[in-house]
Amino acid sequence: MLRYITRRLLILIPTLAAISVVTFIVIQLPPGDYLTTRIAQLSAQGDGSLSAQELERLTQRYGLDQPVYVQYWTWISNILFHGDFGDSFVYGRPVGALLAERLPLTILLSVLTLLFIWAVSFPIGVYSAMRQYSVGDYTFTFFGYLGLAVPNFLIALVLMWVSLQYFGTSVGGLFSPEYRDAPWSMPKFGDLLAHLWIPVVIWGTAGTAANIRVLRANLLDELRKPYVTAARARGMKRGLLTIKYPVRVAMNPFFSTIGWILPGLIAADAITSQVLNLNTTGPLLLDALLAQDMYLAGSVLLISALLVVIGTLISDLALAWLDPRVRLRY
Amino acid sequence: MQHPLTATDERTAEPPAAAAPLLEIDSLHTRFDTADGEVRAVDGVSLTVRAGRTLCVVGESGCGKSIMARSVLQLVEPPGKIVSGSIRWNHGESGPVDTTALEPDGEQIRRIRGNEIGMVFQEPMASLSPMYTIGAQLTEAILLHRDVTPDEARQIGIDLLTQVGIPQPEGRFDAYPFQLSGGMCQRVMIAIALSCDPALLIADEPTTALDVTTQARILDLLKDLQRHNGMAMMFITHDLGVVAEIADDVTVMYLGQAVEHGTVEQIFTTPKHPYTQALLGSLPTLEDTTHRRPLTAIRGMVPHPQNRPTGCPFWTRCDAAIGGVCDVEEPPESPFDNGHRAACHRYSHPDGGGSVPLPAPAVRGHATDRSGRGQAEGAPVLEVRNLTKQYTVSGGMFRRNKGTVHAVSDVSLTIRPGETLGLVGESGCGKTTLGRSIARLVDASSGEVLFRDRDGTQVDLAALRGAALRRYRTRVRVIFQDPFSSLNPRMTVEQIVGEPLRANGMARGSTLTDQVAEMLRKVGIQPEYMSRYPHAFSGGQRQRLNIARALITEPELVIADEPVSALDVSVRAQILNLLSDLQDELGLTYLFISHDLSVVEHVSDRVAVMYMGRIIEEGPADALFGAPQHPYTQALLDAVPIPDPFARPERSSTVPDELPDPMNPPAGCSFHTRCTFADSDHGCSTTLPALTRVDEDHDAACHRSSDLTLQGITRTREIPEAS
Repeated sequence: MLRYITRRLLILIPTLAAISVVTFIVIQLPPGDYLTTRIAQLSAQGDGSLSAQELERLTQRYGLDQPVYVQYWTWISNILFHGDFGDSFVYGRPVGALLAERLPLTILLSVLTLLFIWAVSFPIGVYSAMRQYSVGDYTFTFFGYLGLAVPNFLIALVLMWVSLQYFGTSVGGLFSPEYRDAPWSMPKFGDLLAHLWIPVVIWGTAGTAANIRVLRANLLDELRKPYVTAARARGMKRGLLTIKYPVRVAMNPFFSTIGWILPGLIAADAITSQVLNLNTTGPLLLDALLAQDMYLAGSVLLISALLVVIGTLISDLALAWLDPRVRLRY
Repeated sequence: MQHPLTATDERTAEPPAAAAPLLEIDSLHTRFDTADGEVRAVDGVSLTVRAGRTLCVVGESGCGKSIMARSVLQLVEPPGKIVSGSIRWNHGESGPVDTTALEPDGEQIRRIRGNEIGMVFQEPMASLSPMYTIGAQLTEAILLHRDVTPDEARQIGIDLLTQVGIPQPEGRFDAYPFQLSGGMCQRVMIAIALSCDPALLIADEPTTALDVTTQARILDLLKDLQRHNGMAMMFITHDLGVVAEIADDVTVMYLGQAVEHGTVEQIFTTPKHPYTQALLGSLPTLEDTTHRRPLTAIRGMVPHPQNRPTGCPFWTRCDAAIGGVCDVEEPPESPFDNGHRAACHRYSHPDGGGSVPLPAPAVRGHATDRSGRGQAEGAPVLEVRNLTKQYTVSGGMFRRNKGTVHAVSDVSLTIRPGETLGLVGESGCGKTTLGRSIARLVDASSGEVLFRDRDGTQVDLAALRGAALRRYRTRVRVIFQDPFSSLNPRMTVEQIVGEPLRANGMARGSTLTDQVAEMLRKVGIQPEYMSRYPHAFSGGQRQRLNIARALITEPELVIADEPVSALDVSVRAQILNLLSDLQDELGLTYLFISHDLSVVEHVSDRVAVMYMGRIIEEGPADALFGAPQHPYTQALLDAVPIPDPFARPERSSTVPDELPDPMNPPAGCSFHTRCTFADSDHGCSTTLPALTRVDEDHDAACHRSSDLTLQGITRTREIPEAS
């Protein structure tokens, strides 16, 4: 087991190296660089353009005159040897500091979303399979499709409107204005919870709907397996039997989803974050890509890739723990 | 007809009349409400199981046997429902109960399930959850019904595993089902079913998915356990050999109805119902092998319960049907001697004549003399030389190389034109891999597959590539085992059967259609069905399509890989007859792979026996079956259930059913771990025996073949003569 985990962690190294190269190349692909974008911005704003001297100074400072592989090496070696992700051009601050502000919230939201998805989809999925074609099954199916089909930012807008219209509270951001800069306290924590559920519900709807469908389909297959009849034939109670045997097998997809739900929210859905005014890494990445802020963009993508790989490892280990066939067969 | 009645004495005696039957099913109707209408799966079955006796319920698939058995414990899944009838269980602690009246999944029925009535199912692997150890599932059953602590339950569980013959029960207790063989899993299922000492064991085709040797061991085990604890058994099977071996009483079911009841002797010696007679007639029997007679197949197949014929359900397939009677009224039951009953108008109707005319003897006069065919003349069509196929086994979570399996090692054999070479062995012995290597569906690791071309030159198929190989793909064809998964459901019959022609550029357009139509006619499918899709056909018809697809390129060699093992008895007889007719008509050469010795014996001129990747005996069918030279061949023959209740085997020397680990084959003779004759003086456990000539055209790989006299088939079924 330990050997396996070590192996998997070792495989991480070449994987991440390859990903870092690819992200760096992708970032460099659009014509021009940060400075040309910056100049275009300045002239659009009518502030005139930078002097040639200034341009030269900035080019040298950012190392933009060097060949791509040198730029890459400077970036990656600083990360590896000094834990330094470089400076963001746009924000003029270290990337590390920017991420430190945003990453914890993003991860918190991801984990909460995952838990929300599980907590909602598990009972509904089991119910839908056990009472196939019942009114409840159809109702959940209907809402599930609705959740899958409606874009997240639209749900966000609707929820914000409902909340403002009927409850009189603004749900944008994570804190009400009065708590935004206040020190941590119980009321502030309560305020956080009051805001947190909105993004969790919004991000969770699609995942919940998908999970319900998968669990329902899997469980329907499992419920017809001979071992269920065999367990009934030895006198087991139906409810206990269902949880103990078929549901346990049908739960596999729950664990396989860890792999993609964790990193999924880091890069994706910048729009919803923008709408809800959340300080997650999504909008950060979007800005960075638009401005060709290569160190920031590269670092966010790299961390996202790291989370994909780690998330996959976690789901594999969880699957092996859950399912002896994965653990022992062949 | 005099038979030595040794072990059968006690069975034929009627039990005391006073004792009420343990289980009485009275006109049970179980139906399924489907979108296409109501399906009457069980349609008025009445039967009784008496304490301490074994009732076999026999019939083709689709006759409602399993649904009937499940109805007893209310295990029928929706939309199935018991609509009327009663099932009296006369054993309950609280006196007799009608299990159909109990609340489904209620406390009362759950107390009967597993506690008073145990049940064993057809697919042992699938009947155990892969997520829990076998010990966990066994103790669960014990803890449900018995007042013991978990530690005691574990001890009881280990004792039970010992009782059902599982070696190293302590170690196996914590094994998962997928780590055990099918036979072992079935033993576990039996242990679970017996864990609370039930008065009745319902066994639903418990040996159908198992090898013949494993089947023999499981049947012996059940008989032993029954002798030991006196429980009654309801044993559901479609195999009359098994019935003859294990039954005291027999109920024959057809289309959801019981058509005949009797003791096993009555059923086998004086079958009354035409269906019973037809079932018995469609059996290939291990008998005098110099003559091969076509099997008397029952024509057609079991209709779907939705298309139940009016009147007697069997009249559409019955040779003795009386027009205007059988197709109008349902026949009442007629009583015969000693409780023997059958529902047939031939006995109850004034025009019936009181007996069923036996099929014309002309059928058996058809027997072809094949004594001359054994030495088919001409150079061999196929010569396999030192063929080896090995697989590297790796994988699992840790992706380790676990070792190498020699699926086929150093196999040599020859097939002469026009003959049928049977290839037998237990599952996992490498026979399918050998067949596929010859057809180049897998690539052999080493060795030669020499195919003789029409001009007499030999070509090594194992070395061919690309276009040259494709040319031979039309000459060596394969008939696959599973008629359901081997036909593409999205292609029409014309596309399926014509594909080999089109793919090889042999025909196109209307020529192709004509050839497909011609081929379909040959295999007994109406060419009008050409535009249909496979799902419109039954299992037997699909196997005909499979055969048509194999034969349409006019091959010389056909590799038939278990072509009938997925089929019912009566359909199996039709397909076997078809294969042998086509062989005569088209001059085909067959390599016939099967685990069923009675089928192989019926079709083969010569037989090769495989064990652990090697051929351990090869010879003419009659010599090999009559005087086997290898203990393994004898063990296989010994395990075949013979459809004759008077020839019940007393198997004292049955081989253990556990195959050695193929990754660590035993040193010396690979069979010595299971062989009753192995000893160290002959080097059985140290030296690999070579395949050596023991008789004319008869080879065996056994150190002791010269000093052993092994018994072949001595148990034969007497065919009741027309009287």
